[in-house]
Amino acid sequence: MKYLCLVYANENNLHSLPESPHDSECHAYASQAADTGVLLAGQALQPVETATTVRVRGDQVTVTDGPFAETKEQLAGFYMIDARDLNEAIAFAEKIPPARVGSIEVRPVRELDV
Amino acid sequence: MPLPPVSGVTAFIEKLYREQSRRILATLIRLLGSFELAEEALHDAFSVAIKQWPTQGIPENPRAWLISTGRFKAIDKLRRQERFKQLAQEHAEISEHAIVDGNENLDYIEDDSLRLIFTCCHPALSTEARVALTLREVCGLTTEEVASAFLTKPTTLAQRIVRAKRKIKNANIPYEIPQSEDIPKRLNTVLQVIYLVFNEGYSASAGEQLQRSELTNEAIRLARLLCSLMDEPEVHGLLALMLFQASRQQARIGAGGELLRLHEQDRSLWNQAMITEADVLVKAALSAKHIGVYSLQAAIAGVHATATTSAETDWREILGLYNLLLQINNSPVVTLNRAVAVGHVFGPEAALNEIEQLIVKEHLKDYYLLHSTHAYFLQELGDTKSAAASYQRALSFTEQQHERDFLERCIRELN
Repeated sequence: MKYLCLVYANENNLHSLPESPHDSECHAYASQAADTGVLLAGQALQPVETATTVRVRGDQVTVTDGPFAETKEQLAGFYMIDARDLNEAIAFAEKIPPARVGSIEVRPVRELDV
Repeated sequence: MPLPPVSGVTAFIEKLYREQSRRILATLIRLLGSFELAEEALHDAFSVAIKQWPTQGIPENPRAWLISTGRFKAIDKLRRQERFKQLAQEHAEISEHAIVDGNENLDYIEDDSLRLIFTCCHPALSTEARVALTLREVCGLTTEEVASAFLTKPTTLAQRIVRAKRKIKNANIPYEIPQSEDIPKRLNTVLQVIYLVFNEGYSASAGEQLQRSELTNEAIRLARLLCSLMDEPEVHGLLALMLFQASRQQARIGAGGELLRLHEQDRSLWNQAMITEADVLVKAALSAKHIGVYSLQAAIAGVHATATTSAETDWREILGLYNLLLQINNSPVVTLNRAVAVGHVFGPEAALNEIEQLIVKEHLKDYYLLHSTHAYFLQELGDTKSAAASYQRALSFTEQQHERDFLERCIRELN
């Protein structure tokens, strides 16, 4: 079963706390998970100041600056994984390096009803 | 087996339902992979038993018969529902690997109760959901019973249970006993649920009734079940703690319905059978390699429970146990409780010193017991004016009628 692990953290101190992970650590964790087939896809994201929100209402397209919602912690990256069940997904999430300074939201993937 | 009279069979089935239905449900959930399907299957299996057993006799192994009948009924139902065609196929495949007759590994079936407990108390569920699910699925209380015990509307509670079951299904929370290295951490949420149920029964957070014995009894029953399923010192510790507390249930309410403090209670009303049982449990728990928080709290409750009179309470022993407890659980509540022991060993000034540190740090400022304990030691010191003010502050932080009555009595006794 697929789970999306969303990494949320406060962008202002994500990289500056004593516990903050280095990119090399995140890369090593992702590479090892990709080798074992657990990690399907994963990326770190640019800060929310680079975000653009797009909406379509009728034939009207609106493009606005910034994220969809202002939050205390921002989406900083994601890992799409293949896990046996929620316990395995939680065990994976616990070891995602930025979990030490932010939080990981674990969401099961919904298969489209087609 | 010869045919007993019909009324005898009905009584037998009723007894079987009371004593075994939760264990059968636990196995059906594993076999069918769904709470909903398992509940329907359980109901169907007992319906068939009521129809068949009076004429065809009671099967040799009633539980295995009910499990296999329930499973068969569920798969049959799935097959008949066209839109579940795909699902039925999957379940049929599963069932080939999990045939239940009298031959399936008995340990595996016994473990189903434990699987059910760990699933209902999974940390990915909210605390409220864990409590509701455990009482509903493991204890077999009806939704109405759980709702009334927690003074919630049945519809709210039913929704909570539905949502939790949906999460178990959609997020794929596995139906399994955690691996041994995860047991301590996962067991903790289970014990928390049990103690929460107990505490809600021991001093209901709202309403006129101070004690709800249906909840304290259920919590004790759950802990006993858990003790029988796994040999973990903290489970024994929690059971001991609850038994020590429950042993005072008759004595802690006075003739006028008022809440009595330990030193005011008639100790002859304490339930000695419970105390003896708890004493054995706590001694075993304390001899374990790692002593946990429930075992230590049980040991403290045990010192009180085995003191013949209030004056003979070994407060030094209690203080020593609190020092140990503080080392593994450095929380404001433990600090407050330890302050009481400090007061009895070193006098009211020492206790006030501890309590005032909590007040300065603004810990527990909404907790009525902080203020009433503060008041108690101020009174001991002879400062009735400050004591009265602290009792008043305590009053503003509890809605529980018995606790309010108790505080008002303390204020009256000051004058």
